[in-house]
Amino acid sequence: MVGLSPMRKAYGDALLELGRRDPKVVALTADVQTSDFSYLFGDEFPDRYFNVGIAEQCLVDVAVGLAHSGLIPFVNTFAVFMASRALEPILTHLCYGRTNVKLMAGYSGISPQMEGPTHHAITDIAVMRSLPGMTVVSPADASAMRALLPQVAAWPGPVYFRFSRNEVPDVFDGEYTPQIGKATQIRDGRDVTLIGVGTLLARCLEAADLLATRGIAARVLDMSTIKPLDSEAVLSAARETRAIITAEEHNVIGGLGGAVAELVAEVGAGVPVRRIGLRDRFAESGGYYEMLDKFGMSATDIAKAAETALASGSRQPTGSRS
Amino acid sequence: MKASAGPVASLHLHTEADVKEIARVAQTLRLDVLKMVYGAQSGHLGGAFSAAEIVASLYWHHLRIDPQVPAWDERDRFLLSKGHASALLYAALARRGFFPVDELPMFRHLGSRLNGHPDRDVPGVEVVAGPLGHGVAVGAGLALGLRMGVGKPSALTAPSGHASRGRVYVLLGDGELNAGVIWEGVMTAAKYRLGNLVAIVDCNGVQQTGATADVMPLEPLADKWRAFNWHVQEVDGHDVGAVLSALHQADDVHARPAVILARTTKGRGVSFMEYDHRWHGGAPDREHYALALAELEEGLAAWSA
Repeated sequence: MVGLSPMRKAYGDALLELGRRDPKVVALTADVQTSDFSYLFGDEFPDRYFNVGIAEQCLVDVAVGLAHSGLIPFVNTFAVFMASRALEPILTHLCYGRTNVKLMAGYSGISPQMEGPTHHAITDIAVMRSLPGMTVVSPADASAMRALLPQVAAWPGPVYFRFSRNEVPDVFDGEYTPQIGKATQIRDGRDVTLIGVGTLLARCLEAADLLATRGIAARVLDMSTIKPLDSEAVLSAARETRAIITAEEHNVIGGLGGAVAELVAEVGAGVPVRRIGLRDRFAESGGYYEMLDKFGMSATDIAKAAETALASGSRQPTGSRS
Repeated sequence: MKASAGPVASLHLHTEADVKEIARVAQTLRLDVLKMVYGAQSGHLGGAFSAAEIVASLYWHHLRIDPQVPAWDERDRFLLSKGHASALLYAALARRGFFPVDELPMFRHLGSRLNGHPDRDVPGVEVVAGPLGHGVAVGAGLALGLRMGVGKPSALTAPSGHASRGRVYVLLGDGELNAGVIWEGVMTAAKYRLGNLVAIVDCNGVQQTGATADVMPLEPLADKWRAFNWHVQEVDGHDVGAVLSALHQADDVHARPAVILARTTKGRGVSFMEYDHRWHGGAPDREHYALALAELEEGLAAWSA
């Protein structure tokens, strides 16, 4: 059994470490610092930490001003509010106005579990991915958090950084060296490719184990950067395996699955794509892992989607068509 | 209002000649704006005309800026929060030397950097604007950052780590104060005691569909700002001397932000546009253009005499 690590503690520690390394890093919160653990930064750097109260538009606006004075602001609020209440200044100032602000969207997907659908972020990837100039990144585990956050700080321009509230399975060991914009292949396989992001990456690996027992070899990719999408990794999967399954804690519309399906369709790669996620509906209040299972995001669901896609795949080897 | 008699930097004090020259510049900017909006057959005249003396007072007297070095770290920052007055800002920046005046006729034309609302590709534009309400909060962040001191080391600046002397000036519309985010920013600026932040409200009393008093009553406006712990002044926004003195006095306010409520007339300078919300947006036809041009030129001649 794999271990579990708390993502928000990993985030708070990683943010604090950034603050120690770079005096230009400042952090802002809309009064959720005890939720997302950004208080760890504020406790050590009170002069570089700003709580604007429950005011998400103001949160982004103040960060815009700080960025234009030469600082690197890390903005903290729940993913659901970042991608809704704060959206207009993000579109206007960060994207159109090219302002270097980093959006730290904790409480992603249904990870605010018991808070219920008002607090779940199930449309944020779709929203953020559609903004010109925005980069969208989501770490799968605590190790990925530590590896990716410094890259987010160094990345030119705005980044939407989405992470779970909860303890999530450890996927990577110390060897993991992800790069923004690049998929990481965790396991190779020739039959089907499972592309996961965030917490569901661990479930892709479980699904790959299930598929292996049925003689199906699954490739597993960590797509920690959803935008810019690593199209080379997706197109290799389309060439070298017979189906692609995407898995994300998000509505199936417009997220990772949308990005992959758009690419595969546009280049005419001709492999079936199945999207695992919430099927255009809200979840409810409940335990995190129980809800992932209930709403179609279990390892079994992923494995089943792979088998269905392989069975339905109409593509024949070119030579057999005649 | 007289200039403050306190121990202040005398370089801000103005003469009657300054006042006359700035008033003439303001009228020149109105003419530029009229031509730009007519040429584009699109834009906003009323709220640009109401703010002409305010913008001229800032750019021709008060702001510490260097058009040759637009990114000078120690510069004062001007944010046009009421971004629909973009033609006024572009005209001021061009006439102040940030970019060629002969670019102004390209306002809102395809292929020009003079986009409909302030665009950061235009030299001198600090932040984009247009979606209303963000100027105070963005200005608060900028004022916070300048106070923290992160200026990049250069021959022109204090060593890194020293707070910039640059101050932040934000021009708001009164209709814009309908937006809730304005008051989020107002509270934030007061919380952080931003003595290097000055807001100027162009209180022209008219917004897109009617009088501000009808659309969303704002009064008692001075009391509102006072209640939020800002230093408040009220002036006639077309009286250049009064505007200069108020700016000067606002700079003397320490440990809290200052607001100047500039009482103005929407469409100022063109008789048939004044007080009329129908000239908030939209371009004049040839006949109205000729009438407006004649009135503004007459006004300019009076100042140039």
